[in-house]
Amino acid sequence: MEGNIAIRTQDLTKRFGQFTAVDSIGFEVTRGEVFGFLGANGAGKTTAIRMLCGLLTPTSGAASVAGFDVFTQREKIKQHIGYMSQKFSLYANLTARENLLFYGGIYGLNKRVLKEKADALIRELGVSEYMDKPVHSLPLGWKQKIAFSSAILHNPSVVFLDEPTGGVDPITRRQFWDMIRAAAERGITVFVTTHYMDEAEYCDRVSIMVDGVIAALDSPEALKSQYGVNSMDGVFLQLARTAKRGK
Amino acid sequence: MTHSIHISNISKQYAASGVQALKDISFDVGEGELFGIIGPDGAGKTTLFRIVATLILADAGEVTLCGYDVQKSYKAIRNIIGYMPGRFSLYQDLTVEENIRFFATIFNTTLEENYHLIKDIYVQLEPFKNRRAGKLSGGMKQKLALCCALVHEPQVLLLDEPTTGVDPVSRKEFWDMLDVFKRKGITILVSTPYMDEAARCDRIALMQQGKILDIDTYTGILQRHARPLLAIRSSSMYRLLLDLRQYDNCASCYSFGSVHHVLLKTHSTEHIAALTRYLVDKGHQNITVEDIHPDIEDVFIDLMSNVA
Repeated sequence: MEGNIAIRTQDLTKRFGQFTAVDSIGFEVTRGEVFGFLGANGAGKTTAIRMLCGLLTPTSGAASVAGFDVFTQREKIKQHIGYMSQKFSLYANLTARENLLFYGGIYGLNKRVLKEKADALIRELGVSEYMDKPVHSLPLGWKQKIAFSSAILHNPSVVFLDEPTGGVDPITRRQFWDMIRAAAERGITVFVTTHYMDEAEYCDRVSIMVDGVIAALDSPEALKSQYGVNSMDGVFLQLARTAKRGK
Repeated sequence: MTHSIHISNISKQYAASGVQALKDISFDVGEGELFGIIGPDGAGKTTLFRIVATLILADAGEVTLCGYDVQKSYKAIRNIIGYMPGRFSLYQDLTVEENIRFFATIFNTTLEENYHLIKDIYVQLEPFKNRRAGKLSGGMKQKLALCCALVHEPQVLLLDEPTTGVDPVSRKEFWDMLDVFKRKGITILVSTPYMDEAARCDRIALMQQGKILDIDTYTGILQRHARPLLAIRSSSMYRLLLDLRQYDNCASCYSFGSVHHVLLKTHSTEHIAALTRYLVDKGHQNITVEDIHPDIEDVFIDLMSNVA
């Protein structure tokens, strides 16, 4: 990885036919940073994330993730990142432990290391009572915690979290952010999307996408003072209301 | 007040999984009221909606809509409700216009006859009226689903998590639309996991794990659970959180946006001064401590903790 930069994009663009989903975005995310990636529905967040995860080839521009190029080293990127989305992250019919072992195995951890890591995680999370039950029978909050754990089990450079807390109760939502913070303190870079604006405040820096471009990027404090409001909700409303797309 | 929805002591257990989804739920919704069910996933919101919409039966208890019993008079009920399920349930390969016309036809009416009701939303959809529903963006799908639920001029609207996964701006616009339908006299039962949306309802029920934790107006609930609370910040928020949780006199501490909300076991001016000294000793800088009123999430956290 070059210096301390975990993610770097420059004029990164994706077009689908005539439609420019992501329009020349450029930013850098530092190692160990919690980076909030916000935007209205349809602003281009998902397309941008898919390019950064090595799932979609960009049309033009440049980007590197964990030091690997999004055009030429996509398989390398996949090995060095973790990914978790609200919709799908765990196999419902496997137990929590089986899910952890499965994901760890895919990322090439050997059996002994994997077992140690899984046991350590179970102790850390205090989830032993849930570990041997099929995931579909667990409360959503625990599913999300286990999904996050399996996304960082292989100690990735960067973890992408796509709306990880949607629909989760207020206590679990905060416990989840404690886990995000702890991971960041260990040096894992966190790239996270959310529709909860209070969670934007927990990020070191936040970018807000509008119609395919990054309309604002700074720390929550700086954004609030720049837009003369006292909450990130206020910042988001001012920016997202300028959107033309999808209206 | 006349009751539009009457729910009395209903319970529901799913045989296959053994999950007790609802435990002895009772409440009434008045005619023309905008009533919110506020709770996280797994609270039982969808089960409740499916029972009220006559799609499944409760194990025990009674539910009536506009005087009709959900079991005996389900056909009458289906004519007077508009139901928008949590999962997008329109025909993906019909166009926007075809979907609306289809639902109008089912209820023996036409788009033209009730155009006045859906006009405000439909004009936003009109540029895409020949697009297939499956190809719409999330916000547009939600508007189309609302149109289809409204096109037969229902007396009661049942909206199960209409704003889940929707960005904050679109959420605000959606609630503005609900205000319009409320003014037309339509009774609305709506659920949401976003606690801040509670402020947009006439009354709310806070739900968790199949139980109602409390029912009242938004301000009524905030007043009933009022207690001294502190909002604290410093230059290093994560370390502050860990230090506060280590503090003897701290009953609970949770992050709330740019501050941490702290409930003290013993609360007085002296105790607050002692807490501030503790934080200074821990090396915190730019400490601010402010007296605040609990918001709806504070209350929900309190009620959740009491149940557990």
